[in-house]
Amino acid sequence: MITKAHIDVKQDAKSNNQPIIKIRNLRKAFGDNVVLNGFNLELYEGENLVIMGKSGSGKSVMIKCLIGLMQADSGYIEIMGKDLLSLNQVELDKLRTEIGFLFQGSALYDSMTVRENLEFPLRRHKHKFGPIEDTTPLVEEALKNVGLLDAIDLMPAELSGGMKRRIALARTLILKPKIILYDEPTSGLDPITSKEIIELMRNIQREYRTSSLIITHDVDCARVVAERMILLVDGINYAEGTYNELASSEDEKIKAFFKQ
Amino acid sequence: MFGSSSIERLLIEIGDITYFAKRFFKEVFTKPFEFKEFLRQCYNIGNRSLFLVGITAFIIGLVITLQTRPTLQEFGAVSWMPSMVSISIVREIGPVIIALTFAGRIASGIGAELGSMRVTEQIDAMEVSGTNPFKYLVITRILAATLMLPILVILGDAIALYGSYIIENIKGDVSFRLYFNKALNALAFGDIVPATIKTFFFGFAIGLVGCYKGFNCKKGTVGVGLAANSAVVFASMLLFILDFIAVFITDIFFEI
Ligand SMILES: Nc1ncnc2c1ncn2[C@@H]1O[C@H](COP(=O)(O)OP(=O)(O)O)[C@@H](O)[C@H]1O
Ligand SMILES: [Mg+2]
Repeated sequence: MITKAHIDVKQDAKSNNQPIIKIRNLRKAFGDNVVLNGFNLELYEGENLVIMGKSGSGKSVMIKCLIGLMQADSGYIEIMGKDLLSLNQVELDKLRTEIGFLFQGSALYDSMTVRENLEFPLRRHKHKFGPIEDTTPLVEEALKNVGLLDAIDLMPAELSGGMKRRIALARTLILKPKIILYDEPTSGLDPITSKEIIELMRNIQREYRTSSLIITHDVDCARVVAERMILLVDGINYAEGTYNELASSEDEKIKAFFKQ
Repeated sequence: MFGSSSIERLLIEIGDITYFAKRFFKEVFTKPFEFKEFLRQCYNIGNRSLFLVGITAFIIGLVITLQTRPTLQEFGAVSWMPSMVSISIVREIGPVIIALTFAGRIASGIGAELGSMRVTEQIDAMEVSGTNPFKYLVITRILAATLMLPILVILGDAIALYGSYIIENIKGDVSFRLYFNKALNALAFGDIVPATIKTFFFGFAIGLVGCYKGFNCKKGTVGVGLAANSAVVFASMLLFILDFIAVFITDIFFEI
């Protein structure tokens, strides 16, 4: 296990600021299938934290509990100082405007054009924006950020996988969130497109100063974006540290992640 | 034979659908109302089934008339044709056949649509975008199906009668006026009202089952196909049960 090194990193970050996301002892089981068994996590402001785990290890379940799409069996979740479970629906919706979520398969609305896809969160989060007269400038700005202004009137079915992922990213950014949760941002993409998406993520990080939680099982993605990493194994945060620390570990279970 | 586990699964399913219906009634009266989406769904659902319902009803009208004609002729009772056709169509054949057609088109359509939205996380994406997907997707579709089926049935009944009139006109030289005079005179309050009321229930059941199957779709593309398929099977089954109950109740109150 990584011990000394990861404590150093944590204390370094801690001395600067409070965690923007804190998860304590998260447990979630589906019948007999125990997926999360006491998972802990802290995300500090402005940080890029990568969670790595094998497929089916409960990464998506964890991130969905975090944003209230799934109910955890037990545990404590705090986002920007608020206890997630104590919020009512309106407060939860308000909090969700601060958090962007990039879904694993992009999750663009099939029945809507790209423009309507991007307008949807703008028009729906009424507490944050009120009624917006003209969404066009915001939509165009978001599309420019991902370099796909031309696609504004296309349907999702007309886009390639990489384009879909970018549009989904634009839809996430349009709310100007403080935190972005990425669920396998490069899954299902070819290596070149993956690189482009990763590059885009880094630009966004620089420009918007977001804190990012990135879920992946892609080692290359982790190497490039991770400032700190957590390995999710057997439902717990098995190891924490920087990429290099974990990659040079002697622990068998950790080594398995980095074998190419 | 059914194993005990498949009966158990059916009972669990009925329980789940009941729970789903309860949620519908709990949320349908609370704000926000997705009125625009409701209208869009009405248009979609009506538009998608209009052609199919029209064709089915027309052919049913033709076929019933053609098939019963020889028998009525034997008894010298061909002049009763309009009354007989209109009563059987309005009371039973229209609502049931059109509801079945509607179920095939709409329950499977909704099941597949919501199923693929569930599997590709579009429903989750709506929820994090400040939208209650149950209100936005489910309630609007169930209400739309409940409202559109009765309209389609009334339309279908009229088309079926017109089909029947065409046959009568060709074979028996009956005029449009005479045919519809006889057909409409034969209908009493007890034929029209219960038949119309039950179509609301049919529409509700079809919307409910389609939404239930889609909304609770299991992961994977197999799940979507299964949701669409089982929505039709379950909805059709439910239609016959509801129809039986409706006829039973009508019988008590109107003594057909
Ligand atoms: N809604 C659900 N119902 C039952 N089991 C689920 C559900 N969602 C996820 N699981 C199970 O939880 C486990 C972790 O899934 P997931 O978090 O999607 O994995 P991944 O780490 O690849 O994102 C899997 O075994 C999956 O079968
Ligand atoms: Mg996943």
